[in-house]
Amino acid sequence: MLSKRIIPCLDVRDGKTTKGIKFAGNIDIGDPVAMARQYYEDGADEIVFYDITASSDRRNIMIDVVRRVAREIFIPFSVGGGIRTLEDMREVLLAGAEKVSVNTAAVQNPGIIAEGARVFGSQCIVLGMDVKKVEPSAQIPSGYEMVIHGGRTAMGIDALWWAREGERLGAGEICLNSIDADGTQAGYELTLTRMVSEAVSIPVIASGGAGHPEHLAEVLTEGRADAALIASMIHYGTYTIKGIKEYLDQKRIPMRLTW
Amino acid sequence: MVVVIDYQAGNITSVVRSLRALGVESTVTESPEVVLGARRVVFPGVGAAGVAMAILKSRGLDQALREVFNRGNPILGICLGAQIVLDHSEENDTPCLGLIPGRTRALPRTPGLKIPHMGWNGVDFGGSHPVFAGLPATAEYYFVHSFYPDPAETSMVMGTTEHGIRFPSAIGWRNLVATQFHPEKSGRFGLDILKNFLAWDGVC
Repeated sequence: MLSKRIIPCLDVRDGKTTKGIKFAGNIDIGDPVAMARQYYEDGADEIVFYDITASSDRRNIMIDVVRRVAREIFIPFSVGGGIRTLEDMREVLLAGAEKVSVNTAAVQNPGIIAEGARVFGSQCIVLGMDVKKVEPSAQIPSGYEMVIHGGRTAMGIDALWWAREGERLGAGEICLNSIDADGTQAGYELTLTRMVSEAVSIPVIASGGAGHPEHLAEVLTEGRADAALIASMIHYGTYTIKGIKEYLDQKRIPMRLTW
Repeated sequence: MVVVIDYQAGNITSVVRSLRALGVESTVTESPEVVLGARRVVFPGVGAAGVAMAILKSRGLDQALREVFNRGNPILGICLGAQIVLDHSEENDTPCLGLIPGRTRALPRTPGLKIPHMGWNGVDFGGSHPVFAGLPATAEYYFVHSFYPDPAETSMVMGTTEHGIRFPSAIGWRNLVATQFHPEKSGRFGLDILKNFLAWDGVC
């Protein structure tokens, strides 16, 4: 039986892992290569790197991190943040990532999803979605709207429609981040996650809000997610991946427990 | 010489890196001559069967693979490389290499079941093939696929996995073994399979 995946997410800025709350007030918390290696050994099923470097040299710094990570870990890892063109995708994939996550660029130019899927295969194109809860309207019937720029810019696009559209364009997976829940450690956005997961046939990774293993249990059952992204829970040593997996195993959620 | 065939079917850098982690520098090639000079061949790949077969044929890699297979060198197919070694693929209704008799079929779609089958799943290794020896029964491996290899004889099925149906996820015949999952992305036990393959003489 297919296991549900536990995926540590590392936000990387200027080559260092960083963590912020609601996309603000970031502090550096470590070396992404060493952290990735540690999480690999601790039983992570996959690792996500999100590049939030603002400097013009961002691509080179991140490519160097990806190269070094690829020498150390032998599980899939994906890279997102600032990926805008096929060339950006190619660079990251050749440096050793299995998948690229496209977020803002996909909303602004949906063709990038189709092109990426055609050239590199759907399996390595992740549609990253930053979503904010709004009042349902004619334009946003689901009550969830696509946002970019870390939640500062609303796009006027319905998140549920966009998820289906992303699948149609050829995305192989969706990483669904709730801006409202992100960094709160108060639990995932279950309604949103379930709505999107039931609307598409590709896997959905839930992101934003994990603070307790029970939050993962909720989103992997009630929320119908195929995988759960975690960050603060493990970055500060509050929980271990092993501990989280054992908790979920007790709840009869299929987990990879041998590594 | 260990040769990794590059036929523009996805990213093969992780295969090369995994072999390197095991102390083996492989030669990546798209040349049939180089493939013919191989002692051992890794045949990875992701993507669609139709495109992949067209590229293999246009470069003469199909013939080179047949020759290497017929002369007995160990070959490891991975993912798409485990599908197009059969006679035929349902994907784009594609005639394939025919190194192992059988057909590649689509995973049946049922409500609530996610396709592609993506993530970690167990493999029930029934037989005693040397490439799949010494692995813990609870180990899991990383899959990403919508089609699966279905060899003509059950004796060619080396391992099975459950996703909606129970399907062959590791197959083998003569000097060829192939996995639907990605050993190069399957952590320690995936590396063990690659290590076993590197030590295998092609006889089982």
